[in-house]
Amino acid sequence: MSLVYAGVLSHAPGITGRADLVENTAKRDELYAALDNQRQEIEETGAEALIVIAAEHFANFFMNNMPAFCIGIGARYEGPIEDPEWLKIPKTNVPGAADLGKRLTQEVMKTVDTAYAEEWKFDHGIMVPLHFLTPDYELPIIPVNINCQGPPLTPLHRAWAFGEALRRACNAAPEKIALVGTGGISHWPATPDSGKINEPWDRDFLDRLMRNDREALLSYSDEETYRDGGQGGFEIRTFIAVAAAAAGLGELQFYTAELPIFAVGCTVARFSLDSNARGDRA
Amino acid sequence: MSLYQLQKFLFELNRDESVQDRYRSHLDALINNFDLTDEEIKALRDGDIGLLYVLGVNGQILMHYAAFLGIEWFNYLDLMRDGIEKHGPVRAGVYAMTGDGDSFTAEGKKR
Repeated sequence: MSLVYAGVLSHAPGITGRADLVENTAKRDELYAALDNQRQEIEETGAEALIVIAAEHFANFFMNNMPAFCIGIGARYEGPIEDPEWLKIPKTNVPGAADLGKRLTQEVMKTVDTAYAEEWKFDHGIMVPLHFLTPDYELPIIPVNINCQGPPLTPLHRAWAFGEALRRACNAAPEKIALVGTGGISHWPATPDSGKINEPWDRDFLDRLMRNDREALLSYSDEETYRDGGQGGFEIRTFIAVAAAAAGLGELQFYTAELPIFAVGCTVARFSLDSNARGDRA
Repeated sequence: MSLYQLQKFLFELNRDESVQDRYRSHLDALINNFDLTDEEIKALRDGDIGLLYVLGVNGQILMHYAAFLGIEWFNYLDLMRDGIEKHGPVRAGVYAMTGDGDSFTAEGKKR
């Protein structure tokens, strides 16, 4: 049946962990409603598994052996690695989709060299999305990582190629598969500048993303991203990979820079899976 | 190489509950497994977030460590600011403070 859903969302730990410190609770609740809507949209597709393209934060991969890409092929995972009280998400086990993960990996490897892992601990980068998208942890998960943390980073054009490879792999599978990418746009998390958001830069990126404009999306240098979007901006790789996989136009369903306590501009969007809907790519 | 070792210590601590148990019961023995400078060892023994930040520990690794230590969010941000005030700019890595460091403390409030 192949890919049935593609979307993106934010994953900042504050979204759950610092919910009670928000002053603009109306905006926070709008975000939560948008995330719940995303959950419903995924459920309505009848998805049998959810791929989460994440930008993990040193829960599994370190500079002793850092893959540019990794796909989870485990039967189960655990998370969060963080203090559950800090993240406000209890430690839990999450079902995997081992067989599907292996088949996807095999297909992706035909064009993109990816690592794979049968062991994988989830940090906030995956647990926060799952908290909203499958709150009872019933949907089998295939975690995917793109190195957005430990330079040298995965080049943007390789993230695009990986997304296209993942789409081809999904198309070859009989299961209904949903895909989300989770990252931030501009943000300076885990620094004293936490809470700073470059909203114009975010909105320009989102415009490129919703147009699914490959050339515009791949035109950022890491130096420019670091200057304008902070080190957190390196996570645009996850969004770019989903755009490549989806191939169609995006629909921005929610964005706000008005929740600085979450340390990121919060984003929810989905993509058409039909490349024919675009003018520049048939 | 030493910053690599320091970050690896914290990476393993953050993700492994058995290492966390050893941290609580046999910290010195745990530290001895890593090739660390005296300054780094003292920072780990003291849980000195400010110094670890200035030494260049990746911010995500440090944030998870601060959470493990039970440090409240705004206090954690202030500890990094204090570290810079005391020890100077961040010496390595991409988590250096590139802004003024006071863009946000509590919602709508400056430090």
